[in-house]
Amino acid sequence: MSDNITKGKMIKPENLVYTKSRVMTDNVTSYCPGCGHGTAHRIIAEVIEEMDIQSEIIGVAPVGCSVLMYDFLDLDIQQAAHGRAPAVATAIKRLMPEKFVFTYQDDGDLAAIGTAETIHACNRGENIMIVFINNGIYGMTGGQMAPTTLEGMKSSTSPYGRDVATMGNPLKMTDIVATLPGTYYVTRQSVQKPANVRKTKKAIRKALEYQKLNRGTCFIEIVSNCPSGWKMTPVESNKWMEDTMFPYYPLGDFKVPEED
Amino acid sequence: MAKVKGSIVVDIEKCKGCELCVYACPTQVIAMSPDVNVKGYHYAEDVNPDACTGCTNCAVVCPDGVITVYRMKV
Ligand SMILES: Cc1ncc(C[n+]2csc(CCOP(=O)(O)OP(=O)(O)O)c2C)c(N)n1
Ligand code: SF4
Ligand code: SF4
Ligand code: SF4
Repeated sequence: MSDNITKGKMIKPENLVYTKSRVMTDNVTSYCPGCGHGTAHRIIAEVIEEMDIQSEIIGVAPVGCSVLMYDFLDLDIQQAAHGRAPAVATAIKRLMPEKFVFTYQDDGDLAAIGTAETIHACNRGENIMIVFINNGIYGMTGGQMAPTTLEGMKSSTSPYGRDVATMGNPLKMTDIVATLPGTYYVTRQSVQKPANVRKTKKAIRKALEYQKLNRGTCFIEIVSNCPSGWKMTPVESNKWMEDTMFPYYPLGDFKVPEED
Repeated sequence: MAKVKGSIVVDIEKCKGCELCVYACPTQVIAMSPDVNVKGYHYAEDVNPDACTGCTNCAVVCPDGVITVYRMKV
């Protein structure tokens, strides 16, 4: 191998193997360094670009750190009231069935204030994709306990750790929606390592392909980090997530269509 | 046998210094610069560029999509 191949020789369009999707805007995201929200946005954008459906897809943004999703994804996006994204997405999809529709929600949005909307949209089998970011905390508002906060996990509203006797058990939304007849494809993934990112991207692609076939609700949980809320560096937060979150929220498919 | 060689370009001003790319690289190409960008973040740099295979791992984990990867047979 000739090690004298210069950078200049390699940096040519024909050698390009990875660049940020053009479905992402040029804005710098408002996410903290190392936050999984950015990676999740990026792969959604990549799938949309690969399927060439940028003008045929409508996203519904939640309340939470990703409330400004429309600034980062160059798509038609409607921001919904806290927790109501699946209801708003239901209306959009029913009015415009030819469009692809997805919601993007964090755990405070999807599993607390929006539990009813989530469960009923899934139970009705609305033909939408729900992307659920589970970082076990309310990020935007300063690290309060979420329904998904682990037992013993400290947050600003559970400073001594979550006590299940008084605060309940961490809610496994993905397990719940998988039991509903309306859901078609239900999976739990993550985006902290290259292999996980690639798998999650495949799951998003699958969900949108099923939506094209009117198969029902596809639900993708992404177990993610919140370095700021957890008060860790990004690298530490991913390690903590693998060691502590994954045993309670194991990755894998919960409902896989027979056609697969 | 043909070998592949890669090269990365980091959009320095958009890097948030999270270091996830450093740990994702199987060949230790990347380190954080002692210098900072306008936002005050130490940014990622390819300090060991000859070891890059263009595998794209760093770019795939970068939450901010600031890494572009090139690869060619040499
Ligand atoms: C009706 C209503 N209640 C409360 C709030 C305050 N609020 C804003 S973000 C948020 C929690 C978001 O947490 P999560 O969904 O986990 O998202 P993250 O910020 O972690 O991404 C709350 C309670 C609100 N905006 N609207
Ligand atoms: S507060 Fe947490 S979830 Fe929100 S952007 Fe920062 S790290 Fe991400
Ligand atoms: S492309 Fe692969 S080998 Fe090159 S810097 Fe990135 S992770 Fe390392
Ligand atoms: S992963 Fe991206 S944002 Fe984080 S240090 Fe590397 S290049 Fe910078």
